Amino acid sequence: MATKASRSAARIMMAPAVVLLLGWMLVPLIMTLWFSFTKYLPLRGDSIERGLDWVGIANYARFISSSSFWPAVQTTLIMVGGVLLITVVLGILLAMLLDQPMWGQGVVRILVIAPFFVMPTVSALVWKNMLMDPVNGIFAHLWRFFGAEPVAWLQDASLSSIIMIVSWQWLPFATLILLTAIQSLDSEQLEAAEMDGAPVIKRFWYIVLPHLARAITIVILIQTIFLLSIFAEIFVTTGGAFGTRTLTYLIFQRVIDSQNIGLGSAGGVYAIILANVVAIFLMRIVGKNLDA
Amino acid sequence: MARTVTTQRKILTTAAAWTICLIIFFPIYWTILTSFKTEAQAINDPPLFFAFDWTLENYAIVQERSDYMKFLRNSVIIAGGSTILGILIAIPAAWSMAFVPSRRTKDILLWMLSTKMLPAVGVLYPISLIFVRFDLLDTRGGLMVVIMLINLPIIVWMLYTYFKEIPGEILEASRMDGATLKEELLYVLTPMAIPGIASTLLLNFILAWNEAFWTLNLTAANAAPLTAFIASYSSPEGLFFAKLSAASTMAIAPILILGWFSQKQLVRGLTFGAVK
Amino acid sequence: MSFKSTLCAATALSLITAGGAFADGHAKTITIATVNNGDMIRMQGYTDHFTEATGISVEWVTLEENVLRQRVTTDITTKGGAFDIMTIGMYETPIWGANGWLVALDDLSDDYDVQDLLPAMAGGLSHDGKLFAAPFYGESSMIMYRADLMEKAGLEMPDAPTWEFIGQAAAAMTDRDNEINGICLRGKAGWGEGGAFITAMSNSFGARWFDEDWNAQFDTDAWANTLTFYKDMMDAAGPTGYATNGFNENLSLFQQGKCGMWIDATVAASFVTNPNDSTVADKVGFALAPDTGLGKRSNWLWAWALAIPAGTQQQAEAKQFIEWATSKDYIELVAANEGWANVPPGARTSLYENPNYQAVPFAKMTLDSILSADPNDSTVDPSPYVGIQFAAIPEFAGIATEVSQEFSAAYAGQQTIAVALEKAQAITNEAMEAAGYR
Repeated sequence: MATKASRSAARIMMAPAVVLLLGWMLVPLIMTLWFSFTKYLPLRGDSIERGLDWVGIANYARFISSSSFWPAVQTTLIMVGGVLLITVVLGILLAMLLDQPMWGQGVVRILVIAPFFVMPTVSALVWKNMLMDPVNGIFAHLWRFFGAEPVAWLQDASLSSIIMIVSWQWLPFATLILLTAIQSLDSEQLEAAEMDGAPVIKRFWYIVLPHLARAITIVILIQTIFLLSIFAEIFVTTGGAFGTRTLTYLIFQRVIDSQNIGLGSAGGVYAIILANVVAIFLMRIVGKNLDA
Repeated sequence: MARTVTTQRKILTTAAAWTICLIIFFPIYWTILTSFKTEAQAINDPPLFFAFDWTLENYAIVQERSDYMKFLRNSVIIAGGSTILGILIAIPAAWSMAFVPSRRTKDILLWMLSTKMLPAVGVLYPISLIFVRFDLLDTRGGLMVVIMLINLPIIVWMLYTYFKEIPGEILEASRMDGATLKEELLYVLTPMAIPGIASTLLLNFILAWNEAFWTLNLTAANAAPLTAFIASYSSPEGLFFAKLSAASTMAIAPILILGWFSQKQLVRGLTFGAVK
Repeated sequence: MSFKSTLCAATALSLITAGGAFADGHAKTITIATVNNGDMIRMQGYTDHFTEATGISVEWVTLEENVLRQRVTTDITTKGGAFDIMTIGMYETPIWGANGWLVALDDLSDDYDVQDLLPAMAGGLSHDGKLFAAPFYGESSMIMYRADLMEKAGLEMPDAPTWEFIGQAAAAMTDRDNEINGICLRGKAGWGEGGAFITAMSNSFGARWFDEDWNAQFDTDAWANTLTFYKDMMDAAGPTGYATNGFNENLSLFQQGKCGMWIDATVAASFVTNPNDSTVADKVGFALAPDTGLGKRSNWLWAWALAIPAGTQQQAEAKQFIEWATSKDYIELVAANEGWANVPPGARTSLYENPNYQAVPFAKMTLDSILSADPNDSTVDPSPYVGIQFAAIPEFAGIATEVSQEFSAAYAGQQTIAVALEKAQAITNEAMEAAGYR
């Protein structure tokens, strides 16, 4: 359908976005790659002006052989997977509930969406200090009210706690996207199935879920990208202790705490590789929905 | 709606939905409530839900310590500027991907998303050095561009999915009628795409508003937005729950109000068959 | 309106906004990065006095400690020049000074009386005998305890107790039914949080971070004893979730009357005795940090200080501000307005010679604690590093944060102390090798 003219017009129209993103990607990436092959310890006086010593793949070898590396990868995957699972499952259920007629639908929807508007730092602080604090937190009061011993959430259930906080932040996003998808579902089709006496589970499995496939794909893709770089929630709550050190957080420690830019940059390159592995993996599973 | 809904069922769903939504909203409600307590009341045992003397003291203290309006203005300028800039660049790109697709379109889309995968802290030094080199440190313009670039892939993606839903036949028909590219964009495409553009705008405004890494690391006194405002209240010495709550409420209130008014738009925009 | 004109308008508008945004340079004021501790917040309130006297206006960038450290370190290493004055500590100052990143404060006016700075503070903020940052306030650590609970337990706190006594007292004071924990100590991961506490404590048990050849020492009995004693005591008498408690969490617990004893920064004394914030203000006693009879106590030394990054355009103005903020006059100003208990402590000898200040209940113990801390000789066995709760080498913050994470996991019961120490040993040696020490 496209004519030659519209093709070249299309190319011109795409150019700004592509060129900008290419620059945005390439310049820092090339610098990161360069740093990752050098000894760059700013607190020891290394700087670009003085010239950085080339050290080959030493940083890469050191980063991957560190005892923190594989646990960090594992933590990252558990965190991302856990949040995805919770937000998608609860998101579908919530979206189906919110789709039903009810009183005060508008208010309910805005209240459900609200957590998405809260800055990550703020939500981490609020959860840590006002809800999960083992002495003064609401949960502790609730537990004591029922005669139970308060739980030290961020110490004894650290990873699950962080998954909970992050899920709370991202559930609205998933719900919103899934809700709009459900709304476009042909209600006559459902009714017909209902008349035929198909049980709820079957109706959900054969009609609702396939309809949501594309929306779920988008939720998973976009969330994965944001979740892989989760940072503020860990920084504020556990500071990476108790098995909550993700790959991103490990890089943070190398760059900021240790001020070892070369090592941190090598870690950054590993993070890109991991992100792409995850992305390819996701594409294989859910990518086909995108063409639909 | 074709289905008949019994009152009983409506009562049930209403009750369920309200229970869940109140649980989800509770942390925010609690923050807002705490901001009106004194520090001692904030940690009272048992927790105070209603009966306490409401006070604006915390807001007064916070305002006295830091000029809220300055941070708010920066947040609005940075988030607004980056979103508008992003939309202007993304619309043509998304349009051409949606209506003049080639074999590489999907690859380009995925590649764009992949630019978001380098963790921010991994490029802290490169970006900081570039900012210092070009004297962009602590300028709203520099931040605007960075945040625009961070969100550009998402903007392009969202717009692409919306545009994709617009039936190509309509565009073809208008082309047959001799519409130029410009007219096609302006009179045919835009009206149909406005809900999608609006919700993209909103979503990205929220993402830009909440961005807390670069806004903290690339600013000092001039360009610091509300994320920096919060960073000065997160753990001062002594009791701080009430003051933190007041500062948090101030930081999220504008976006919450914006969300409140645009909720319909947000949902409608996404409903517009974007993800069917 | 046609498409073209709309587009033109939009472009023009965005250009104007962008142009305006890019143009906002640095005004003729000084920009100060500081931490959000009480004394600094108070200082911000008095900025007008400075501006009135000198005509120099001040922009504050107030950040939480961790964020501040990250921000100023990046700024100084990338030569960002965003700040004219930075608030830094005793750890950063000698390292940055050695790299030539700070302006030496060697030409301060006579009025300022640099000789009046406590020698321990001036020493810790110098490199090669040159002062690189002026102490705004200084601290050591000491025991703060509830005199009423101590009496109820039938014990008496000596001025210089041993760890053994603290352990017994903690057990005796604990009253779980009334939510009273015998002792509250830092357990939170982070080199400046639990890491600082356990390092200072280990000094009194005869441990050290490195031997003279920079080999990590976590395989020694001294370290195992330190951690075992700490964990046993905290499990028996500490608050729930102590492995996530830092300074602020403990302060809040103590102010609510939920701790019998608390060993932490001396500056906390003015917070726990302030009746506005503390429910136990009139019941607090003070004592030196404990020891085990090996000759070293477990108190640290720290100062929050103001420094000028080299390359700032406003060096003279910045110096003027530092002279004002760390002067005797500033102390008088705060005392006149808010009482002597609220002045920034621990920086000047003259403050402790002032009879008005000597009347403050925690003044003597604070000074004694500061005087008993020596960063140049902090360990029982000789060590190659300067610093008490840290080693003043660039690699320390990174290593100690990771090590303290392992310790916190041990406190929480997620791994044994032996495993935590093994990992600490490996982490430290690995990092020291990477840095070329071994």
